[in-house]
Amino acid sequence: MRSSVIVRLLLAVPLLFMSPLLLASSSWDMTPGVTDISSQVFHLHRTILYVCIAIGLGVFGMMFWSILHHRKSKGAVAAHFHESTMVEIIWTVIPFIILIGMAIPATRVLVAMNDTSDSSMTVRVTGSQWKWNYEYLTYDDDKSVGVSFFSVLSTPREQYERQGKGFGASNLPDFKAHPNYLLEVDKPLVIPSGQKIRFLITADDVIHAWWVPDFALKRDAVPGFVNEIWVDVPVGKEGIYRGRCAELCGKDHAFMPIVVEVKTKADFKQWLAGAKVQAEADAKAAAASVDYKYPSIDVAMKEGEAVYVARCAACHQVSGAGLPPMFPALKGSKIAVEKAHLQDHIDIILNGKNAMPGWKAILTPREMAAVTTYERNAWGNATGDLVQPSEFAK
Amino acid sequence: MSAEAMSHSTAGQGHDDHGHHAPLKPFLLRMFTTTNHKDIGTMYLVFALLMLLCGGLAAMVIRAELMYPGMQLVQPDFFNQMTTVHGLLMVFGAIMPAFTGFANWMVPMMIGAPDMALPRLNNFSFWLLPFAFAILIGSVVMSVLGMGSAPNFGWTFYAPLSTTYGPASTDFFIFSVHLMGISSILGAINVVVTIFNLRAPGMTLMKMPLFVWTWLITAFLLIAVMPVLAGVVTMMLTDRHFGTSFFDAAGGGDPVMFQHIFWFFGHPEVYIMILPSFGIVSAIIPVFARKQLFGYPSMVYATASIALLSFVVWAHHMFTTGLPLAGSLFYMYMTMLISVPTGVKVFNWVATMWRGSMTFEVPMLFALAFVVLFTIGGFSGLMLAITPADYQYQDTYFVVAHFHYVLVTGSLFAIFAGAYYWLPKWSGHMFNTKLAQMHFWSSLLSVNLLFFPMHFVGLAGMPRRYADYSMQFADLNFWISIGGFWFGASQLFFLAVLFTIKRQPKASANPWEAQEGLEWTLPSPAPYHSFTQPPEIK
Repeated sequence: MRSSVIVRLLLAVPLLFMSPLLLASSSWDMTPGVTDISSQVFHLHRTILYVCIAIGLGVFGMMFWSILHHRKSKGAVAAHFHESTMVEIIWTVIPFIILIGMAIPATRVLVAMNDTSDSSMTVRVTGSQWKWNYEYLTYDDDKSVGVSFFSVLSTPREQYERQGKGFGASNLPDFKAHPNYLLEVDKPLVIPSGQKIRFLITADDVIHAWWVPDFALKRDAVPGFVNEIWVDVPVGKEGIYRGRCAELCGKDHAFMPIVVEVKTKADFKQWLAGAKVQAEADAKAAAASVDYKYPSIDVAMKEGEAVYVARCAACHQVSGAGLPPMFPALKGSKIAVEKAHLQDHIDIILNGKNAMPGWKAILTPREMAAVTTYERNAWGNATGDLVQPSEFAK
Repeated sequence: MSAEAMSHSTAGQGHDDHGHHAPLKPFLLRMFTTTNHKDIGTMYLVFALLMLLCGGLAAMVIRAELMYPGMQLVQPDFFNQMTTVHGLLMVFGAIMPAFTGFANWMVPMMIGAPDMALPRLNNFSFWLLPFAFAILIGSVVMSVLGMGSAPNFGWTFYAPLSTTYGPASTDFFIFSVHLMGISSILGAINVVVTIFNLRAPGMTLMKMPLFVWTWLITAFLLIAVMPVLAGVVTMMLTDRHFGTSFFDAAGGGDPVMFQHIFWFFGHPEVYIMILPSFGIVSAIIPVFARKQLFGYPSMVYATASIALLSFVVWAHHMFTTGLPLAGSLFYMYMTMLISVPTGVKVFNWVATMWRGSMTFEVPMLFALAFVVLFTIGGFSGLMLAITPADYQYQDTYFVVAHFHYVLVTGSLFAIFAGAYYWLPKWSGHMFNTKLAQMHFWSSLLSVNLLFFPMHFVGLAGMPRRYADYSMQFADLNFWISIGGFWFGASQLFFLAVLFTIKRQPKASANPWEAQEGLEWTLPSPAPYHSFTQPPEIK
């Protein structure tokens, strides 16, 4: 009687997974990916899974046979055997042979994955709290490509910061507007198909991990050390591939996704040429922005707010209240309010302090000036200071 | 017995403080001063249960946040604090002290000794724990009160997130881990000394119950690796405050070295948390299959070889850190090799059941669930050993599923199995079978709803320690959370079993009709001093 209830319950378990949310068709297994290596990894995964399932069926089958038939209530009388050297040797040796059968293909794939020679392009990937920096170092004969940019989550903050607005189905992010919720960035990494790309993975602050499941690539980004991995996306597999940071790196660990756009070789070359032009123009504009002069606080405040929300609010919060003590409040803080500390404020923005990164390599003098002005005048920090880009000449 | 104890107490006052006069002292003073292995064992077990509930509360916060996409309830930093203290409380506060509690209660009874060999040390090693965890939990309380963050770097506390970037409470954490470590080492020394010196005449090593064997090996593992943990947290401390750069590349150190040292402790640690459960299950299955344990010597050798291998597999936690090819291959092969002795154990349990005469009392139900579900955790462990595939599994929910299968349906289920098995001996009463069965079935169903889908979300690509996730993981996470709340609530049945036990019928000396085991030759409840005269060993 009871066992039939249990059987019914067990049958109901798969039905439970048909969620009321019905948000998307979700995958339940590892992706085979798009590269030769990722498909080999996928096959290793499936093989070892099937081996485990087969052994499991055998072992659990024996066990449940015993449970069903060798039970006292069915009048079973216990046998007296308690050892058998032959059986014990067999069940030590057979698993050992299975393991050797598994180790051989695994070794072959691992050796292939470690071969970073003969690459056409080298990209340095640097993780920092909580963004990725991509720096194109060499491409074919070009030994100094000189294109570099940061890649930051582009899902708007109000989409995921939903605390205090209710709980559950009524308080979900807008997936219609953001089908790639938490998997979209402002500037994706762009690489060509049909060429072997080598990545040098490192980090600025804590350990991160750069992971793109479709390439079966995951490597820790360790501050002060460089790891090498490579990918060769076959021609015909151009498209957008998404990944995530896979090593706990602080509070916004879940909010620094990876997007890789694979283009054909011709398209990539065109993109790279454009990116180079853009990089030169940006460098010029950055240099020129030192000479820009804000006509009024209002203009600087408006530009500064945009920079602040994009760059600073992750730690210091939109409200300027910070998350003390790790991330100090700017609202009412000595540095942001007192005239005597204006120079300290500028120095911290330029060079960073403790866990805070310096911004001089990332922001233009104009942007730094705007955000400094904003921090000194927002949230009631009414200093009236208008900081000009020339203060950030370095 | 009590009259005898009273007369002893008057005669023995002054030097004999082994708790003869226990009933005369107020409860708290007795708890503080007791040197009796049963009192201390009970304190360890009650403490472990408390920590299980605290760690469970942290898990409930995690599951509530992850029930729906979008940050619903807490800040991401607080989420990280919850994952950190959940891990620390469960590993160091619940599982390890529970096994030490079992060792305290059962080792002297199983080897025919009156008590543990070092009773005062025993008292000290327990009383370090409440202080260690008061410090750790204190930092969470402070965090909730808005006085700074609790440790938020994961239970593995990788540098430099825990050093340069650690919150101020990291120093509390370091001190707390030191105290836990000292407690574990002292407890382990006590177990080793007891087993080597206090066995009854005729109790040769190869006659010892497997629980004693597994704990002896566990104790050696503890003595070997807890100092390594102490070393690594001390290096963190000096990195944080005294200008060293062990884990800071800018000063010539190496963050990856932290992981090597941590996992040199951490891998044997996971066997510390599973070997005693092998012992418990090996005690229970033969009793309810009414058949002698199959392959006792191979069980002993398999346990020893698992322990030895555990020292040469640590870097399988670090395949993605950029190990050299030769290193990756070595650790892959060694890790795969561990499945051989582990397989031997599972085969032996199944062979013990084979052609037995089984009944399914609650200890046996938990033991059977252990065999199946722990083995599932073993299979995913074997999958994780395959380095190229590990690149895809590493740091995803697949890993979370794996170690919760071995630690929850493994270690914790074995702890429940052992608790139900020996509760009659400890309390002198049978437990309420209905409640205990409810506890088992409710836990069994919910734990699988909780952890099995984690395999799928992990394979589909959801990293662990994520406070929020993208759309494709929403469906499964909802049901995982339902499983989590259900499993948490299921443990209330266990509390109900404990609170009602005194009202249940009295237990006989050998309520399960065990064929072996010195503990069943003693009356229930077991006398305050287990064997004042050495028993005769057949």
